Amino acid sequence: MNSDTPSSSAGGTGSADTTGARRNSKRPKYSRFTQQELPACKPILTPKWVISAFLLVSVVFIPIGVVSLFASQDVVEIVDRYDSDCIPAGARNNKVGFIQGSQVKTCNRTLRVPKRMKQPIYVYYQLDNFYQNHRRYVKSRSDQQLRSPRNENDTSACKPEENANGMSIVPCGLVAWSLFNDTYNFTHNNQQLAINKRDISWKSDRDRKFGKEVYPKNFQNGTLIGGAHLDPSKPLSEQEDLIVWMRTAALPTFRKLYGKIETDLQAGDVIDVTLENNYNTYSFDGKKKLVLSTTSWLGGKNDFLGIAYLTVGGLCFFLAMVFIIIYLVKPRQLGDPSYLSWNRNPGGH
Amino acid sequence: MARGRIRAKLRRSSLYTFGCYRPHPSDTERPHEIQGPGYSRMVYCNKPHLHETKPLRYCSNYISTTKYNIITFLPKAIFEQFRRVANLYFLLAAILSFSPVSPFSAYSMVAPLVFVVGLSMAKEALEDWRRFMQDMKVNLRKASIHKRDGIFGNRPWMKIRVGDVVKVEKDHFFPADLLLLSSSYEDGICYVETMNLDGETNLKVKRALEVTLPVDDDVTFKEFSATIRCEDPNSNLYTFVGNLEYDRQLYPLDPSQILLRDSKLRNTAYVYGVVIFTGHDSKVMQNATKSPSKRSRIEKQMDKIIYILFTVLVFISLISSIGFGVKTKNEMPHWWYLQAPDDKDLYNPDKPVVSGIFHLVTALILYGYLIPISLYVSIEVVKVLQALFINQDIRMYDEETGTPAQARTSNLNEELGQVDTILSDKTGTLTCNQMDFLKCSIAGKAYGTSACDVELAAAKQMAMDLNGQNKNGAPNSWEKGGKEFGESEIELEKVVTSKDENGRKPTIKGFSFEDGCLMNGTWLKEPNVDVILLFFRILSLCHTAIPELNVETGNFTYEAESPDEGAFLVAAREFGFEFCKRTQSSIFVRERYPSFQNPIEREFKVLNLLDFTSKRKRMSVIVRGEDGQIFLLCKGADSIIFDRLSRNGRMYEEVTTTHLNEYGEVGLRTLALAYKKLDEAEYSAWNEEFSKVKTSIGGDREEMLEQLADSMERDLILVGATAVEDKLQKGVPQCIDKLAQAGLKIWVLTGDKMETAINIGYACSLLRQGMKQICITTVNLDTVDKNSKEDVKENILMQITNALQTVNLEKDPHAAFALIIDGKTLTYVLEDDMKHQFLNLAVGCASVICCRVSPKQKALVTRLVKEGTGKTTLAIGDGANDVGMIQEADIGVGISGCEGMQAVMASDFSIAQFRFLERLLVVHGHWCYKRIAQMICYFFYKNIAFGLTIFYFEAFTGFSGQSVYVDWYMLLFNVVLTSLPVISLGVFEQDVDSEVCLQFPALYQQGPKNLFFNWCRIFGWMGNGLYTSLVIFFLNIIIFYDQAFRAGGQTADMTAVGTVMFTCIIWAVNCQIALIMSHFTWIQHFLVWASIATWYIFLLVYGSISPVFSEYAFKILIEVLAPAPIYWITTLLVTVACILPYLAHISFRRSFNPMDHHIIREIKYYKKDVEDQHMWSRERSKARQKTKIGFTVRVDAKIRQLRGRLQKKYSSLATHNVIPLTETKHS
Repeated sequence: MNSDTPSSSAGGTGSADTTGARRNSKRPKYSRFTQQELPACKPILTPKWVISAFLLVSVVFIPIGVVSLFASQDVVEIVDRYDSDCIPAGARNNKVGFIQGSQVKTCNRTLRVPKRMKQPIYVYYQLDNFYQNHRRYVKSRSDQQLRSPRNENDTSACKPEENANGMSIVPCGLVAWSLFNDTYNFTHNNQQLAINKRDISWKSDRDRKFGKEVYPKNFQNGTLIGGAHLDPSKPLSEQEDLIVWMRTAALPTFRKLYGKIETDLQAGDVIDVTLENNYNTYSFDGKKKLVLSTTSWLGGKNDFLGIAYLTVGGLCFFLAMVFIIIYLVKPRQLGDPSYLSWNRNPGGH
Repeated sequence: MARGRIRAKLRRSSLYTFGCYRPHPSDTERPHEIQGPGYSRMVYCNKPHLHETKPLRYCSNYISTTKYNIITFLPKAIFEQFRRVANLYFLLAAILSFSPVSPFSAYSMVAPLVFVVGLSMAKEALEDWRRFMQDMKVNLRKASIHKRDGIFGNRPWMKIRVGDVVKVEKDHFFPADLLLLSSSYEDGICYVETMNLDGETNLKVKRALEVTLPVDDDVTFKEFSATIRCEDPNSNLYTFVGNLEYDRQLYPLDPSQILLRDSKLRNTAYVYGVVIFTGHDSKVMQNATKSPSKRSRIEKQMDKIIYILFTVLVFISLISSIGFGVKTKNEMPHWWYLQAPDDKDLYNPDKPVVSGIFHLVTALILYGYLIPISLYVSIEVVKVLQALFINQDIRMYDEETGTPAQARTSNLNEELGQVDTILSDKTGTLTCNQMDFLKCSIAGKAYGTSACDVELAAAKQMAMDLNGQNKNGAPNSWEKGGKEFGESEIELEKVVTSKDENGRKPTIKGFSFEDGCLMNGTWLKEPNVDVILLFFRILSLCHTAIPELNVETGNFTYEAESPDEGAFLVAAREFGFEFCKRTQSSIFVRERYPSFQNPIEREFKVLNLLDFTSKRKRMSVIVRGEDGQIFLLCKGADSIIFDRLSRNGRMYEEVTTTHLNEYGEVGLRTLALAYKKLDEAEYSAWNEEFSKVKTSIGGDREEMLEQLADSMERDLILVGATAVEDKLQKGVPQCIDKLAQAGLKIWVLTGDKMETAINIGYACSLLRQGMKQICITTVNLDTVDKNSKEDVKENILMQITNALQTVNLEKDPHAAFALIIDGKTLTYVLEDDMKHQFLNLAVGCASVICCRVSPKQKALVTRLVKEGTGKTTLAIGDGANDVGMIQEADIGVGISGCEGMQAVMASDFSIAQFRFLERLLVVHGHWCYKRIAQMICYFFYKNIAFGLTIFYFEAFTGFSGQSVYVDWYMLLFNVVLTSLPVISLGVFEQDVDSEVCLQFPALYQQGPKNLFFNWCRIFGWMGNGLYTSLVIFFLNIIIFYDQAFRAGGQTADMTAVGTVMFTCIIWAVNCQIALIMSHFTWIQHFLVWASIATWYIFLLVYGSISPVFSEYAFKILIEVLAPAPIYWITTLLVTVACILPYLAHISFRRSFNPMDHHIIREIKYYKKDVEDQHMWSRERSKARQKTKIGFTVRVDAKIRQLRGRLQKKYSSLATHNVIPLTETKHS
């Protein structure tokens, strides 16, 4: 305390200082953030914005739609359903019995090429009503086992196809067990059309998920035979049919890549298909189809995408027009106070 | 201490006639007959050790208001958490996730639950810890306790035991309920302030028993011992029954010897007391109610939504399990590739029902995304952040006391935006409990030029208006004239003195008077000098205060019973009549005249003092001046005084009445002053009788004293009147005005007298001239027997029905009613059979004032309003007496910064000043309401959009419970990928900035009307979610149905489809939130766009780690999806298709039916508020709710009144007036 100043005032200011310091410590610090005053962009939905947004969408969407539609139109696709035709007339009453029997199931089909097909031509098989996405089915596999021979006995997830005769199955599980086993052979003008079955699976699957040292063991040795057998001398990473099959499809109707024909086909060409009709889809009335298709940058034949784009684009154009009309016919001046609730229904609070 | 000793010599009881005369022990005063149950408590005074063993062991003085303790915390808090239905559901799901039926791994179910529950429990723990610290602060306060042999020492409050002798010094709180033994005054009286108990600010007199008076020194307690037998702890503040056994004699005890915990010793140096009730046994703690956990309206409504969603969840689960059952029974036998049945009956075609039931559980877990667990976390996080903003708001920080606003519970932020009724305490909340001498009327002349707020505002508004008219309207002769008249009128009213000019003078507490005619001795030049002199004499003599010399400043301060008495003395001091000393029989006043250098000290002998009671409403002193003349000086309520004037004393009555009305209208507290000259003979005759009665014994003695006093206080001569301003807290009228304009109803619940309450009603503009006041009171107060109770009730009911009729029959839409009711009547009214009529009446009135209400009644009234109207109530108060009301209301707001923390401790929000309530409600409440409402709607939208896609997909998997998404996607969806934008919406969204919120109070009504969280909106959002889910799922499924999706001919597998679908969801919901937001700071921008980016980053990172962990998603983005153009154009298509309807909807809404905040934003955006200021201010003034209370309405009324006068003047001056005066401009 300063003795020169009257004690009272000194005391007063002194205490004021200390309390002031104490107070200031509680004082919220000013920052634009804490005061919720950060600079902000506050866009408002003006008619100009609305109309240009809708127009922009239509301007972008309609060309995309057109381009996609063209791409889709370029794709040539041959679909041949053979599941019922490949049952001999005598066995049609008992399709399941036939397919489970041991007689020869070779079947001949003829395909006509409607348009010129440029190579590569992709060969697919398409199954219907096959629930590859069923939870029991999806879970019944062991990825560890597929990857490395060390995890050969890691089959706990594979029930009920985890072991046969007390030994672990490689690859185990329902998915592998039910591997598709129809085979196709194509001849064109009595000339064998080579089917390239390499690179039909994802590279990452071959490299990382299916081991190069893992060989099929005890596969299809159990009491129940599901689908295809595997060549025990080939490592899993080279069994591309299996790799493709193991990527379970999202829907009960699915196509899977069978191979590629690396020859151009001309319009009007006739292709003879010799197929082994081994796979049982007759129990559950599943269709089987053989599909030959070219692709565009968009993939397969997919008109829907283009149509959807055109629809949305058209809708936006329509909306843009509607808003233009509204804007012209019944414009609302922006910020017109007469639209405020207290002006619209005075006294009606 | 020395000062205390001097004052202690005064035997105060001789000053008083009525309040605290000592009743002589008489035969009628027998000890209470107290035996049996309810009166079991024995207290051995000064022998606390006896109370350490049973059965005399009573509870300790430790208080605890916490909900939990260390042991009970876990079980109790966990129980609390799982009382939330949603949490229980999640718990069940988590338990089930350990079974094989679970579609997900167990940790993905348990982790979020643990996180959510843990977070909430941590919050609870923190809040309880704060409560504990607060309790400990109280528990550790020191009190002076008799240790042994007459030695007193300090001990913390919590260590005080029953039977301890405590010494409490001035301005300290009583640590427990005490029996007063003796005080620093010889006659054992002391003053207590019970503000914390009942909110009353006037001091109450307590007196000790005569027998215990001698024990008034530390040493005397060496041998002191006595026994008290009394009632058991109870919550009744105003009763006490007990006996004191001292020296083998029984003495009855009554409430006037009991000092209650949490009340404060005032004007008394020290007291000694014996502890009777400690801790939770004390009356104040018995009155405390458990703080209820409150939930906001929105949260309750959200529960309903959760129930709806739960129903939907169960419904779709049932569909899917029935579907599963049917598929299992009929089709699964043919699905040879499944090798059904399995060994666990999960897929058993022979037992489809069992499998179906198992599947139901699976489905319930699978579709759990419909009920987002993260919603609770997000809401908690958002609310905590909102609370942080409230705490940090610098505009709610009180510089004077240094207290910021504090959201003590963050549960109720959005409730602040929906308040309908505010129930406010008066003292300490609306007023600062300080009186300012503002005006006076002496000898029919009004003095005092300081204008009060209403007058000022009226004048300003009027001047502005007239100017505005001149500018905008065609200037015609009338308006020109009007302007001139207006100005002259304003000058006439002397209200143009702006407050800034006053600010230059050093302010004196309690004195805001300003008038050159009286100050600094200039009054001597006034015509009625002798009357003015008398006026000053009355001010300085007619009181019961004690002066205290402030050593530092050399000034006197006064310890008065009521603050207005203090204000009078300060006024007298400033006028030059300084009351400086009081002795047993005399008052010394230093009179200062400009003609003399030094003040003259005069002595006035106080012969008698007829003190103030609420019944008498007046007080008088009989003094003998130095010249031997005897005067009776009297001050009292104007009506009482005017009744008692002599015929020749009514000289100024008429003028004074006008003045009094004017004062009353602006909310000043008025008293009339009068005097009478007494003959020596006349006086001694009266005095003889008076003394005789005073010393007499008998029941009717008091009555006789009163009669005698009454006979003396007659034939008075009116001197003048005073107007004291019950100083309102800063900004209170403006705040009430704004709140009223925002459509809020304001009720005042006060412990004060009816007159005071009405005055304050005027001062805060809750009442105004021209309002019809409905006073409901009890007629015969004295009768208490059973029959008359019925009569009283009937009478009240009749008053209510009559009033209700008047209100209902009122045709004039501008008519306003005010309901004023007192506490006694309220006890009847609040009974079940009458409360609804009362509520109906109250709702029909513009303002409601309840006076003399107890804390309990405050809570009851609050409950009545809350439950009766079904609307949100907010209670605001500062004292312990408001705790009940604060806890009962939907939102409790405590005023912090004053003494006593009880209200704050019980409150949900605490602010330092009433005026911050405006910002708290109109800005923060409005924002928080909208934020939370929009956030919850969006949350449900996004989870429905996401959850339903899982359901659709399941239908395509034979209802097997397979999900198209990788588990991690689903886990991250709510936690990472969509959580931050929604939190930023909940924290940062602003429809309009705070400035505009305050300028357009009508915007607040969007909350109480619940425009943003009504079922229409909720279902709209749910529908939007449904639409989005359909679009996302089916567009994707059709596009990726069976065709190759890449030029390489590969077809899409489940993971690829799932990832594309999920990408679309992320885009759609994040773009949707960008459309909802209307306020983008960099934070929102960053969070929204970063959320989308995070998804791709996640895919990249997740896809590049070893396939051991990433499984199907290995390299999904870089190898499978990114090179496929269809992936990108599908994303674009689906996103646009998802938000299109919403965009169209808001665009149409904007062009046809814009909401208020849209328009205001547009005005702001185009800077129209700057360009067209006239429009802006016009809209601002229109943007008020129709209200009948508040400052503005009063200003309008005042303007009308001034105009009326103006018109009269004008028509008398100019007869050619043809333009009728219209008032419509302001209505």
